[in-house]
Amino acid sequence: MTSEVNVADVERWASALGGAAIAAYGIKQLTDRSPAGAALAAAGTALIVRGATGHCPMYSAAGINTANGHDDTREHLAGARGVNVEEAVTINRTAAELYRVWRDFEQLPRFMAYLESVRQLDQRRSHWIAKGPAGRHVEWDAEIINEIPDELIGWRTLDGADVISAGSVRFVPAPGGRGTQVRVRMQYDPPGGKVGAAVAWIFGKEPSQTVLEDLRHFKQLMEAGEIPTTAGQPRGGKS
Amino acid sequence: MKALCWHGTNDVRVERVPDPAILNPRDAIIKITTTAICGSDLHLLDGFIPTMKAGDILGHEFMGEVVEVGRENKKLKVGDRVVVPFTIACGHCFFCQKQLWSLCDNSNPNAWMLEKLYGYSGSGLFGYSHMMGGYAGGQAEYARVPFADVGPMKIPDGIPDEKVVFLTDIFPTGYMAAENCSIEPGDTVAVWGCGPVGQFAIKSAYLLGAERVIGIDEVPARLRMAQEQSGAETINFMQEDVFEKLKDMTGGMGPDKCIDAVGLEAHGHTLDSYYDKVKTATFMATDRPNALRQAIHACRKGGIVSIPGVYGGFLDKIPFGAAFSKGLTFKMGQTHMMRYLKPLLDLVEQGAIDPSFVITHRLPLDRAAEGYKTFRDEKEHCIKVVLKPHGGASPTVH
Repeated sequence: MTSEVNVADVERWASALGGAAIAAYGIKQLTDRSPAGAALAAAGTALIVRGATGHCPMYSAAGINTANGHDDTREHLAGARGVNVEEAVTINRTAAELYRVWRDFEQLPRFMAYLESVRQLDQRRSHWIAKGPAGRHVEWDAEIINEIPDELIGWRTLDGADVISAGSVRFVPAPGGRGTQVRVRMQYDPPGGKVGAAVAWIFGKEPSQTVLEDLRHFKQLMEAGEIPTTAGQPRGGKS
Repeated sequence: MKALCWHGTNDVRVERVPDPAILNPRDAIIKITTTAICGSDLHLLDGFIPTMKAGDILGHEFMGEVVEVGRENKKLKVGDRVVVPFTIACGHCFFCQKQLWSLCDNSNPNAWMLEKLYGYSGSGLFGYSHMMGGYAGGQAEYARVPFADVGPMKIPDGIPDEKVVFLTDIFPTGYMAAENCSIEPGDTVAVWGCGPVGQFAIKSAYLLGAERVIGIDEVPARLRMAQEQSGAETINFMQEDVFEKLKDMTGGMGPDKCIDAVGLEAHGHTLDSYYDKVKTATFMATDRPNALRQAIHACRKGGIVSIPGVYGGFLDKIPFGAAFSKGLTFKMGQTHMMRYLKPLLDLVEQGAIDPSFVITHRLPLDRAAEGYKTFRDEKEHCIKVVLKPHGGASPTVH
């Protein structure tokens, strides 16, 4: 759930669905919007990753102790500052299997379409490059600030990041042998200027939707072995 | 290749489009030998289903020959003859493993659209709008089938296409509608709508042990088919009061089980149906649930209302008080196709049913647009149109 952005979203859809007339109109909007939607969907998210955890309970639980740079996530993301996103999905695989795939950061662009690359610098640190609009790139270094094998990965960005963010992903066994609940929390401080525009482009109006699509693609890859698509299929000419 | 494309309300055309290609590892490409126009395609023609885009290829009842398989597809081989179920399923998610195939979590690339509308998304479908996945359909010479190691079922040589092509949708759909009725000895089953799904619901109700089946429609050719092909009793709702007639026919008790095989575009002639037409025509409502209202009203106490007819939005003036007061059970949804393919193929092979009885029109793909209109306008006693994209049938009207 994204705090404020989501409200607007809910309002929009509530009004779209409230009356039947409006339902038709709402769906039309949905259709018209779908290139952007598809882009968002594809967006696995640089941002998630770049992003950050956001949540402060988790963040403080992560026990941060690094130096005070001016890009310190503790300062920029204190309390509920910035944009907070939390989404969860249930995946029909074990926590250990899911953790192992997620922890291989260099593979994340497989299901986070907005990532161009992730390079592991050492055991804790990695360098991330996301695709922005018009060939722009958004980059940052991140470090793992908390890690419990098969359960949790928490991270935050380091000084010099284009976007200051922190995040966590948790793997919790679902009841009744139904696989694993994967929950992503992230928090980021929306930057200004050109970088800010690139970030806004990637996240769109609904950061929670972007995170949700990343999680959905992860689920599809882990359960079905592929991400369903229609890109490249035939269609008729425009009327 | 040639394909039937949607361009807007009342505007479908056959045109040249690029050939489909393998897009994912579990895909297959099918050369289509027989395909059909479904009653639910008419909802697309009439503009009742949102998120269609000009150029979308329609069709979800198709079969043919495998001509290419993706590298991870270990089940199909080039040359296999298959029927392709209209629901697309991954085979590995929670829902697929519970045999709830039409609720697959992983096959709709546009799941977010349905989540906005319905909270959660069902499976992707062929040729049935972008909110249902936006997959190109099978009223074409070729089609790409995703997760083709789960859905398509091989068909032995020697059974003609026309006896098995309806395994792709309407036979299982009618069968599941009857199965959802949990038919008990002595049961009377009333079926609203004697189109193709209604015809298969009627046949299936008898196969599952119904004592009596009563078909309800206004089109004489459909009522006649229900009588002649299945031995059903019939009610023409233009000529008789459906509730009173059903009550009388069942000795005052009402039908035990009611099937709504009509869905969102019911053509009723009662006061409430005119109300619905005005409201949908002015975009104040999304569906015309006239048949469903009657089914709820007519069903006996403690009975079951089974709904294979498609609904899309917010239904107005549903007699929920009657449903509650009579303790009714409702069962509905898209068909869980893969549950039924093999058992129903067995019935065909045993000669218990020949599904080709519903076919009234055979046309080449080139004349598909004409087929839509003939079907929609119920001209020439049309009940079911099959198309032959690669020849094999000179046009016939039986």
